[in-house]
Amino acid sequence: MKIIKGKDLVYEYIKFTDEGEAEAKVRAVDGVEIEAEPGDFIAILGHNGSGKSTLAKHLNAILTPTEGTLYVDGKDTRDENSLWQIRQTAGMVFQNPDNQIIGTVVDEDVAFGPENMGVPVEELWKRVEKSLRAVGMWEYRSHSPNKLSGGQKQRIAIAGIVAMQPKCIVLDEPTAMLDPVGRREVIRTVMELNRTQHVTVILITHYMEEAILADRVMVMDSGKVILQGTPREVFSKVEFMREHRLDVPQVTQLAWELKRAGLDLPDGILTTEELADALDAIRGGE
Amino acid sequence: MSIQIEHLQYVYGAGTVFEKQALRDISLTIPDGQFVGIIGHTGSGKSTLVQHLNGLLRASSGDILVDGESIYQEGYSMKKLRSSVGLVFQYPEYQLFETDVFTDVCFGPKNLGLPKEEIEARARQAMNAVGLDESYDKVSPFELSGGQKRRAAIAGILAMKPKVLILDEPTAGLDPKGRDDILDMLADLHRESGITILLVSHSMEDVAKYVDRIIVMSKGSVLYDDRPAGVFAHWQELEKVGLAAPQVTYIMHELETRGWPAARDVTTVEEAKDAILNALHRK
Ligand SMILES: Nc1ncnc2c1ncn2[C@@H]1O[C@H](COP(=O)(O)OP(=O)(O)OP(=O)(O)O)[C@@H](O)[C@H]1O
Ligand SMILES: Nc1ncnc2c1ncn2[C@@H]1O[C@H](COP(=O)(O)OP(=O)(O)OP(=O)(O)O)[C@@H](O)[C@H]1O
Ligand SMILES: [Mg+2]
Ligand SMILES: [Mg+2]
Repeated sequence: MKIIKGKDLVYEYIKFTDEGEAEAKVRAVDGVEIEAEPGDFIAILGHNGSGKSTLAKHLNAILTPTEGTLYVDGKDTRDENSLWQIRQTAGMVFQNPDNQIIGTVVDEDVAFGPENMGVPVEELWKRVEKSLRAVGMWEYRSHSPNKLSGGQKQRIAIAGIVAMQPKCIVLDEPTAMLDPVGRREVIRTVMELNRTQHVTVILITHYMEEAILADRVMVMDSGKVILQGTPREVFSKVEFMREHRLDVPQVTQLAWELKRAGLDLPDGILTTEELADALDAIRGGE
Repeated sequence: MSIQIEHLQYVYGAGTVFEKQALRDISLTIPDGQFVGIIGHTGSGKSTLVQHLNGLLRASSGDILVDGESIYQEGYSMKKLRSSVGLVFQYPEYQLFETDVFTDVCFGPKNLGLPKEEIEARARQAMNAVGLDESYDKVSPFELSGGQKRRAAIAGILAMKPKVLILDEPTAGLDPKGRDDILDMLADLHRESGITILLVSHSMEDVAKYVDRIIVMSKGSVLYDDRPAGVFAHWQELEKVGLAAPQVTYIMHELETRGWPAARDVTTVEEAKDAILNALHRK
């Protein structure tokens, strides 16, 4: 069974006047199909305001579709009786960690989610330790989350979701505030959950390098999915991506520029190794 | 406007169990008109440092001189300081509180006591600079997407026309085009008006491309202070403190280990392209 199955999804925000009358509608998601098998790793790219966060909020039923249907692990997200189960299936890490930090001490904050799910105490603290270690914040367990730096807070928020052991994790720009090593660690943590425990991962990001690790990349523009494919397929389209306010990883861009300057390089080079191999081949042939 | 930081120390929660020394003996001189990048691991003290420069935080010890005058001397006007040193916060949500975007962007210049036409002209210009057109005027800041909020927050500070502009991770959360637009806009502003710009960033690629000088913070101290190529030559040390070099720098290192001519100064795509074409005698 598909863990996520969304068909013809539409979402409209309704704006109200000061008098409380509906004034205007913003179609933030406009006819999206989204499907994921358990264990899939999907990256979603798209310009600011393209509807990524709005779509993501549907996956754990914070929002429900204005039109169309969405099933998460077989449950209709519009069915209020399934809300609890859907939230346990799909954990969400938001764009701004401040909005999701609740506890006054780091480990209590991380324990909050699983505790609410009724995880027994002994198991609970094991999970808290494991997830704090996974994000490299175990040493901060007795700190106050409010006094941590931006990036540190973000890792606590991720630990809180990891501790709930959901089947699916939706991450909405989880690395936007992290340093390069922190970014790599978070992505590695997420990849590991994906590879070893087959957690389905939906990763929204503006860092193109992070999307190369996904099985599939979805590109959104004005509420619609305008391109979908493997990272190589998607990042082969350098000009298309630029036209839609996006980019490609630096190594892909360099390869593309070199190709335009006359070098015989393939499209969609994604890693340093690939580029170096291709360049070696050219140099060897001279 | 020049800034001189002398032996700056800052301790959060002094005397409590959560006491935390965030800045240790920082001394830096930022001459008028420089475009400076500040990088450092999360929690290294970047935000703490820049919040001192417009008086939001007060040093535990040490001094800060703006155009040669200590901002801690008696009678120094903090209000004046804040109008000449503009700071765009790391989380823009905290900076947006008016009922609509246009009013919000007007807030800063309004506080400067400018005439209404001037306030509105500046707000319009600032919104244009960050790519928010008139259709956003009446939108509530709470209805904006993450990236749109950030643009609005930057516009609010730009509208005050500060002499020193400090941006704490202004491009986090922006789409790549928006990121390039904002950084290009800053580069233009820097070239045309000669203002001093301090850019705090987690994107090694961005600082490499735009700034003249990079200050590297680690655990509350300054680790390196050099031009980009000089800083990224320390890529191995940088990785130990949470950082990295731009991806192209790694490509050039990889090529060097494969017997290509060394090109250790490369930190941008443009430079890498030239170095590779040169090595292949295609230039
Ligand atoms: N609460 C809201 N009320 C009204 N409109 C909204 C609301 N939240 C978002 N929107 C609008 O819906 C559209 C999609 O927003 P969304 O937050 O999903 O974009 P996004 O792709 O996540 O963008 P970003 O990359 O900036 O985070 C935007 O035009 C935005 O202005
Ligand atoms: N209000 C506070 N109270 C106590 N400690 C704090 C407070 N704010 C920050 N700190 C601590 O001070 C240190 C420096 O924090 P700062 O926010 O300056 O880091 P930063 O370099 O800006 O990090 P980031 O890249 O994550 O934004 C960190 O260890 C942080 O935990
Ligand atoms: Mg978003
Ligand atoms: Mg900071």
